[in-house]
Amino acid sequence: MKIYLAKADAAGKSVALDDMILTKALPTTAGSKMLDGYMSLFDATVVEKLEQAGYSVAGKLNVGEFGFDVTGETSYFGAVKNADGAYVSASAAALDEGEIAAVVTLDVNGAPRRSAAQSGKVFIKPTYGTVSRYGTVPVACSGETVGVMANTSDSVKAVLTAIAGYDCKDGTMHPQSKIDASLRDAKPQKIAFLTGFDTDEAVSAKLSAFKTACESAGVETAQVDGSIFKLASSAWNILMCAELCNNVSRYDGIKYGYRSKEYTTIDELYTNSRTEAFGDELKAAILYGSDVLSTKNYMPVYDKALRVRRVLVEAFGELFAQYDAVVMPACSRLVYGDADVAPYACYEENVYTAPASISGLPAVVCAGVQIVGKAFTDGMLLELAKIAEEGK
Amino acid sequence: MKYETVIGLEVHIELATESKIFCSCSAKFGGEQNDHVCPACCGMPGMLPIVNKHVVDLGMTAGMMLNCHINRTTTFDKKSYYYPDLPCSYQTTQLFAPVAVNGLVDIETSQGKKQIRIKQIHMEEDAGKLVHDDWSDTSLVDFNRTSVPLIEIVSQPDLHSAEEVIAYLERLRSLLRFARVSDCRMEQGSMRCDVNLSVRPEGSNVLGVRTEMKNMNSLSAIERAIEYETARHIDAIENGTEELVQETRRWDDLKGKSFSMRTKENAGDYRYFPDPNIMPVVIDDEWFDSIKATLPELPEVKKARYMGELGLNEYDAQQLCDSRALCDCFEQAYAVCGNAKEAANYLISDCMNMLNKAGLTADQLTLSGAGLGKLIKLVTEGTVSRPNAKKILAALFEQDVDPETYAKDNGYIVSNDTDLLKTVVKAVVASDPKTVADYKAGKEKVLMALFGRCMKELKGNCDPQTLREVLIEEVMKA
Ligand SMILES: [Zn+2]
Repeated sequence: MKIYLAKADAAGKSVALDDMILTKALPTTAGSKMLDGYMSLFDATVVEKLEQAGYSVAGKLNVGEFGFDVTGETSYFGAVKNADGAYVSASAAALDEGEIAAVVTLDVNGAPRRSAAQSGKVFIKPTYGTVSRYGTVPVACSGETVGVMANTSDSVKAVLTAIAGYDCKDGTMHPQSKIDASLRDAKPQKIAFLTGFDTDEAVSAKLSAFKTACESAGVETAQVDGSIFKLASSAWNILMCAELCNNVSRYDGIKYGYRSKEYTTIDELYTNSRTEAFGDELKAAILYGSDVLSTKNYMPVYDKALRVRRVLVEAFGELFAQYDAVVMPACSRLVYGDADVAPYACYEENVYTAPASISGLPAVVCAGVQIVGKAFTDGMLLELAKIAEEGK
Repeated sequence: MKYETVIGLEVHIELATESKIFCSCSAKFGGEQNDHVCPACCGMPGMLPIVNKHVVDLGMTAGMMLNCHINRTTTFDKKSYYYPDLPCSYQTTQLFAPVAVNGLVDIETSQGKKQIRIKQIHMEEDAGKLVHDDWSDTSLVDFNRTSVPLIEIVSQPDLHSAEEVIAYLERLRSLLRFARVSDCRMEQGSMRCDVNLSVRPEGSNVLGVRTEMKNMNSLSAIERAIEYETARHIDAIENGTEELVQETRRWDDLKGKSFSMRTKENAGDYRYFPDPNIMPVVIDDEWFDSIKATLPELPEVKKARYMGELGLNEYDAQQLCDSRALCDCFEQAYAVCGNAKEAANYLISDCMNMLNKAGLTADQLTLSGAGLGKLIKLVTEGTVSRPNAKKILAALFEQDVDPETYAKDNGYIVSNDTDLLKTVVKAVVASDPKTVADYKAGKEKVLMALFGRCMKELKGNCDPQTLREVLIEEVMKA
């Protein structure tokens, strides 16, 4: 594990960033040997916004290589484990230390949601296009979102309010009026619990407890078959790996980053630099992404995944015509051992997180469960998190 | 057997924008190496592309000039390949919904008039340049050109000879320069042309094996390349000298030959997909109409009008219509002075001379048309003499001065003072009795010497006709 430390702030306005967010003052590695020691020439928009709101950046936190693994286990700098030997994310571990108010982290493939569910933190992956991605290491641009993890929903809300906002440097942003609306508080009336997702008993218990808390707070609940959303995982795996393959192709050893010492031709420079600096999980994702975009596979695979994305967005739309939000697990189990972070595990464990990733919908994790809402209802989802906190 | 050559062209044109396609770096040609770069066009992580609206304006303009259908929703895609001059290892281009499709271009050759179909026009970013450093014996990369906006104009395989290709390229160049889409300078690389060529027996409707040729830097090189490649194909078909394969070939103009670069089997899979960071560009009616309104009158329409309505001869009209800048200046000058012939003369002779001396092309003319019109008025009204008008024009060429004020400040106003005129003429006549005697003896030509000296004394500020009359009068009196 590698943590770059800057300054700690006693006033409770220190935040940490995961290592996918570019900073001028500290290195940004994306958990990869390829970018070990890489210094960005500019700060991410979220860093500027945090500073404008009076927050200081206390340091950078470890992530899995390019942020798409289960919980940080593929980092070049090593995985983080707790005292019991379970895998945890650096973000959750840093929040447990108690020095920082929140962690601002890029949700590429659900890792922060899984981590928040397992460690009892609150996390929001806000509506796509409400927080600028300018200055984040790009991986799966069509779905990844900068989010906030903290110990309480109030802290999440405060930091999200600081970083959300229109940014002309990100062409996928929504207008400010919509972003303002998304942060507004609203009282949820009726929510649906999705069935069809298998989990262990610990996760089921969390879902039941949350249901009870909601009902006692006067929120109507229902059960709805959510099996269709299990399609999201394979479609998202295709889209994510395709975009990842393309995005990491810029790391070629020519301009910056790691360059092999062993080469005589340009092709050897590329091949050897990438072979030596990329981890196995990343290489597999590159190969898969390259294959789904090949001329042969584009229509039957990649384009089909795009169509699945549209179908799922419509399916969510139908649910949100009746319910204010849907509740589902964020992960299969609350403790990850070695077997749970085996190679390729992230492509299956993301069955819980891919629906919100692929659709760009806001998702809040609290009390070990995940709540997915209609676009621009981030404020309302955090109200549900509050109900869970008060019901404890 | 007789053969038919079938040619389709891919023409890349650098757009005349101030800044690059996705960042605010300068898109100007030249500059110190890696001067026009930022983290975005160097391929650093974290930068997101923001489409330069002017690029879409010019893409639409080109589409309209070539009679294309404009796609009202146009999208950008990524094309992946590894090369050191491509910093992101992908090029942002358009595959699925290019800005313009299905156009038509009129050309004229010795065989008559013809229309060439345009398949599509797409917008994309240029790559950088590799520069070999002899000192370290390595290749270095210059990213100045990276992300400079381009359009690629893809024709249907409707061309059948080098002559048609040249006529088509000249037509494209004329139309796109006229619409200020690009300066289209092949020698600077702002217009580049790849030639897709195949050969088949005349009358056959089956296409032969197609090769793509790159690296022709002038129209004449394109002509030579087409002739060479056609001969190579025919030779291969007739004599079996080699097996033709679908491939990309590099033209070497010095050797006068094309060389294989890569065959189809070795061509990479570009793995195109829609760029998720660029939202579809939606062209609404207001935007569409505003571009439509800026389209210039076509050069041949202008030429006919100049000859018909304004009474210019064909040579002058053609000279003006070779350049949009000359036309604009001419029309502004005409609006002020109402004298088309004078305006055309000053532009075609005097202004072109000054441009040539300054090493500029006609399109780089910045002369104020209104200023020229005012100057012509001063000349035709007899307020300024023709020789002095040239001096004022030279000043006007350098900066936008008011011709009348400039003439007054520099003493270029024709004097109506006949007393002064007579005094000067008398003094000149008195100073040179020999020339006067020669004139009287019948050598009429020598009068010009006396005329010139008077003109010089008067600083050119007199009506030449009056001077001539007074001079003859005084000489005869002497
Ligand atoms: Zn730039």
